[in-house]
Parts: sequence; C-alpha cells; structure tokens
Amino acid sequence: MSIRIQKSKCVGCGRCIEACPGNLIKKDKEGKAFIRQVRDCWGCTSCIKECSRDAIRFFLGADVGGRGASMVVSEKPDISTWTVEKPDGTQITIQVNKKDANKY
Amino acid sequence: MRTERIKTDVLIIGGGTAGCFAAYVIGQKSHKKVLIAEKANIKRSGCLAAGVNALNAYITEGRVPQDYVDYAKKDAHGIVREDLLLTMSERLNHVTKVMEDLGLVILKDEKGKYVARGNRNIKINGENMKPILAKAAAEQENVTVLNHVNITDYKTEKGKITGAVGFSVNEDIFYDIDAEAVLCATGGAAGLYRPNNPGFSRHKMWYPPFNTGAGYAMGLLSGAEMTTFEMRFIALRCKDTIAPTGTIAQGVGARQVNAHGDIYETKYGLTTSQRVYGTVMENREGKGPCYLRTEGISKEQEQDLYKAYLNMAPSQTLKWMEAGKGPSEENVEIEGTEPYIVGGHTASGYWVDNNRATTIEGLYAAGDVAGGCPQKYVTGALAEGEIAAEAILEYLDRKDDRAVTENKKELSEIAAAKKSEYEAHLNAPRSLMNAEQLEEAMQKIMDQYAGGIGTDYRYSETSLAKADEKIAALLPVVDTLAASDTYELMQIYELRERLILCRAVIAHLAARKETRWHSFGENTDYPEQSEEWMKYVNSRMENGEIRILYRDLITKKSVDSNTAAKGAGER
Repeated sequence: MSIRIQKSKCVGCGRCIEACPGNLIKKDKEGKAFIRQVRDCWGCTSCIKECSRDAIRFFLGADVGGRGASMVVSEKPDISTWTVEKPDGTQITIQVNKKDANKY
Repeated sequence: MRTERIKTDVLIIGGGTAGCFAAYVIGQKSHKKVLIAEKANIKRSGCLAAGVNALNAYITEGRVPQDYVDYAKKDAHGIVREDLLLTMSERLNHVTKVMEDLGLVILKDEKGKYVARGNRNIKINGENMKPILAKAAAEQENVTVLNHVNITDYKTEKGKITGAVGFSVNEDIFYDIDAEAVLCATGGAAGLYRPNNPGFSRHKMWYPPFNTGAGYAMGLLSGAEMTTFEMRFIALRCKDTIAPTGTIAQGVGARQVNAHGDIYETKYGLTTSQRVYGTVMENREGKGPCYLRTEGISKEQEQDLYKAYLNMAPSQTLKWMEAGKGPSEENVEIEGTEPYIVGGHTASGYWVDNNRATTIEGLYAAGDVAGGCPQKYVTGALAEGEIAAEAILEYLDRKDDRAVTENKKELSEIAAAKKSEYEAHLNAPRSLMNAEQLEEAMQKIMDQYAGGIGTDYRYSETSLAKADEKIAALLPVVDTLAASDTYELMQIYELRERLILCRAVIAHLAARKETRWHSFGENTDYPEQSEEWMKYVNSRMENGEIRILYRDLITKKSVDSNTAAKGAGER
C-alpha cells in the first residue's frame, strides 16, 4: 500500500508535502516531491486529492493483493472521479458525488 | 536548534477530531487565545484522513442518551464510566447538527429527517469531514494553528500544567510553549504490536500509524492517573486492506461465515470483541478462512459498496478492481487486527472527570486519549472536545494565579533540559541501532509475549513478565539513537512513546486476573470472566515504574448518589 510520485508531472507546488498526515513527503534537490519511505504510507490518499497534476498514483503492495494496477483521483468541487488503470492499460472509472451520502 | 517561545491561554495538542472541534468551540464562545500544535497538518491529520463512512454514535428517533450508555456498557462487559458515557451521549446529536451546519452531507428522507443505519448510526458522506472541521477551527480569529510541530512533553509546576515542549518536524526549531490550560487530544496508539501486514504494507492498518500514543506517554511521564489500558481494541477487518467490515455487514446484511459456509457469529455473540473471538476460534478449529457472505448481492449494491469504500478506505475498492471480482461474486475474507490502544473504541486513556479534566490541574483530555468512555467514535470525540473546551473556559475564569507570569528571558529548567536532550540526538554519532530496528524489536516482543496476533491474543503472567523485561531493556537504547534531522528526531520520540505505553499495557494486562473481553485479551492463567474483577484497573507512573491502582465502578447508581460528579482529581 503506497503511492508513486511521477517526477515528470510534478511541478513542485508542495501541496502534497503540506497535507500528508505522516509528514512522509519532501522535496528533492530539483524541487520535486518524493516519498521518504514507501513502506510508511497509510494509503489515505490525502496527497492524491491535493495534486492538481495527477502526478501521484496509489497502488496496493503485492502483500495485500496488488498486481500492478494503480489509482488516481481528480477532484472537482462536487465530484470525485476515481480512475483505476490496470497493467494491460484498461481503465475503470467511478464517479462519486460529494453531495450524496453513502447508502451503507 | 533555534528556540521559539510562545504564550497562549489554551494549548491544544493534536489537531484531529477532538482537538479541532475544541478549538472551534473556544473560538465561538470566547476571545481566549488558542494554539493548536499539530504533528502534521490539521487538514487531513488523525483518524479522518481518508474520510469516515457513517456517524456511528447518534441518538436516533425514539431513543434516549441512556440507551447509548446501556449499549456501550454491555459491549464493554461493564467496564465503563457511565457518568462519562452519559455526558457524551447527551451531546451527540447537538455536535452532529453543528457539523451539518458547517457543511457535512448527511442523508435525509423526504421529510427532512436523518436516515438511520441500525439503531445508533446515521448515513453521511464523510470523505471531506476533516477538511470541513479543520477549516472551521482555523477560521476562528483567536485560533492559531502550528502545523508540523511535534510535542513530546508537558511542563508542570507544583502539580499544575504550565505548557509543553516540542520541535518542528521540518526545521531545527525548538518550541517552548507556555499555556494557562492544556487540552491533550493526541489520539490513541497504533504500532505497538506486529501488524497484520508486517512487510511492504506495514502501515496498511486500521488506526493511523502516525498516532503513536504521545498523549498516553506524556500523561504517564507526568504522573497522571490512567485507566483501562488492558482493554485493547482489536478490529474485525477485511483481510489485507484492513478496511472496515461494518459497512458490508450492516449495509448489505452480510453474515460472518466460515470456510464451510456456516454462519458462526451467532455461536459466539455479537459484541465487538465476540465477533473477533468467533473468527479466531473458527480458524483455530480448522474451519477458516472466515468471510462476510456477500455472494449474490445485486450489482447495484456492489456499485454502492465501491463508492462507500472510496469515501473512507479506497484500498478496498482498488483490491476488488485488481482481483477483477467484486463482492457480488466473491465473499470478503475477514481477519482480526493487531491490538491497538484507543479510548474512542475501548476505554483506555486518561482518568478524567465529567469535565474531561485529568488528575493534573489545568490538563484536560478528549477523544481517543481520554479513558472510561468507549464507543465514542467521531461524534463522541466532537462531544468530548466541546465538553473539555467549555470546562477549560470555566477553569480559566476562576483560575486566580497565572502560571505564566512574567516573560522570563531564560528557558525554564525543564525546557532547557529537553532542548539539550533533542540536541544530543541530533549531534549523536550514528550507531548500529536505529528507530526502525527498535520498533521492529518492540513489535515482535509485544506480539509474542503480550498477546498479539501471533498467539491469537493469548498471554500469561510468565509471558508478560518476559515482555516487560525485554521492553524495559529497549528503552535505554533509545537514548543513544542518532537523528540526522528533526523528522528522524520525531521517529525517535514516537518510539519512546510507544515503549513507555507498552510497559503500561503489559502492567495492566497482568493486573486484570481474568479474561473479560475475549480476543481483546486472552489471559491463559485466568481464562474466565470473574465478578471480582468488576472494577477499573488504573495506573500511575512513579519513579519510572507503573504502579497499579484499583477503583470501584462508577455506575448510574453511584452517579445518582454523587460520587463521581466531584471529579476524578478530588477523590
């Protein structure tokens, strides 16, 4: 369970660094974000929600069922759009309206 | 290290659910200066980082606060503070309304009434609950937020709190904070025991891995009375992702079944601990793995589950996607977690009075760090934040001698000593040991000798003695650890907090000579529940050792005859 930050997409805005509840992200010498230790991520997705460049992807470690897929979320005021990308390139998208309460 | 000195009326340590709400309440009701010292950033810190699925503590239509007290008492097999539960329950609906007014989405029916899930829960969209709450707190004119500051110790003088000390996680700054009153809202503790996924996904756990028991350790170190650490919390979770099971169990009515498809939950009982116990026992008898029976639910229900998990535990939705099979096609495997210490679910924490005042004057506690009041969940943490905030304002009004008198140029003795302790770690030469290694050692000891997953939560007097000896031996090693920056310094102090708490947990487990809550603790020397143990196990640290105290139960009856109302500190 962790995140991967794509350096090529990171613009160094620092919002993920500010938001991480574990203080796990910092900037490298080029001013790009990186995670100190991938094993320390809780998987809360706070950083992914902060990133406006879709530079951070969330994945499951192989020890908890990960097989190479990753997930990203794009935030609009009322809608969160979650996209899962599988290793074969297939994508699954689920939209959640923030004004809708959970049914369960 | 550069020194920053701050003076405030109220210091709130920990800007999670309880801390942020307390700051908001003080902001609404007074002009007293409030400082929130938060280890990360209040926007997403604490238990609500990913969101929360439902409000699990609410007085639904036709029910009264006493019903909630009775429920929590039954679930905890009697070891609760009924006075604390009642004062919390009386505010659950009020704090819910405040959150709704701040922008929390709550499901309503066509008549505008909240839709209940079962007897005590209401349905929400809790994904953004923490950002909403954090914003409300930060917007108060008299509230200042100090993000990325790790507090390690209280300052006390003549039994009164005078502030706290800590350091910035990002820069070489030492913080010396003077306060007239302090609210401890640091949350509970994860990471004491070897977790379900000890390898790559070691932090894929139920409770925030960043909640490391700071408040408990600070309380112990300053001699506060603590309660019920032996009532550990073990959650029944979806295997691997450690995502909640209640959403599936209550949402689509899924029952707990063993590998043969037999429903076993009815055999063992339905309290929180019995649900875990049943799963452990079925596995021990070779009838595992165990599941929540979801096969056959509709595709629509499945879609709703995907969304519900995205709003609180997105890893579970991703896992279903990875497997290419959702819950309608495959039952969801379940397991018990490693033990946590968390006063919001069980009853571990500070021994407080109805104002949430601890036994140290001027120090209050709310949320997971406050004891005696289990099943508080999110709304209970808000309620305790509000109770403590109001009590602190009253306390400040009647407090005559100001602890923070004049602006002394020199650091106090306590502060100066602490600063040099931090600097010693920052200047220490690298040794063979580091915080990560010691954490692993601690988790292994706790797992094997103090009732972790590895022993199906079993321990004995002999194994606990071994655990204590080994944990005590790790503590002096912590003093020698080197930190290359203040982030590593935080890791050293998190380790120290956990080790101190481990010693208290071990002492409490040994003190309760019965098995009151299956799985939360299996005392192999005393495998039965015993009437004799209908009392609280409390403790205080004296000269570095845990001293156990026993207290009589505070029940509805004794509350009515008024023994508890005076406050814990006065008895």
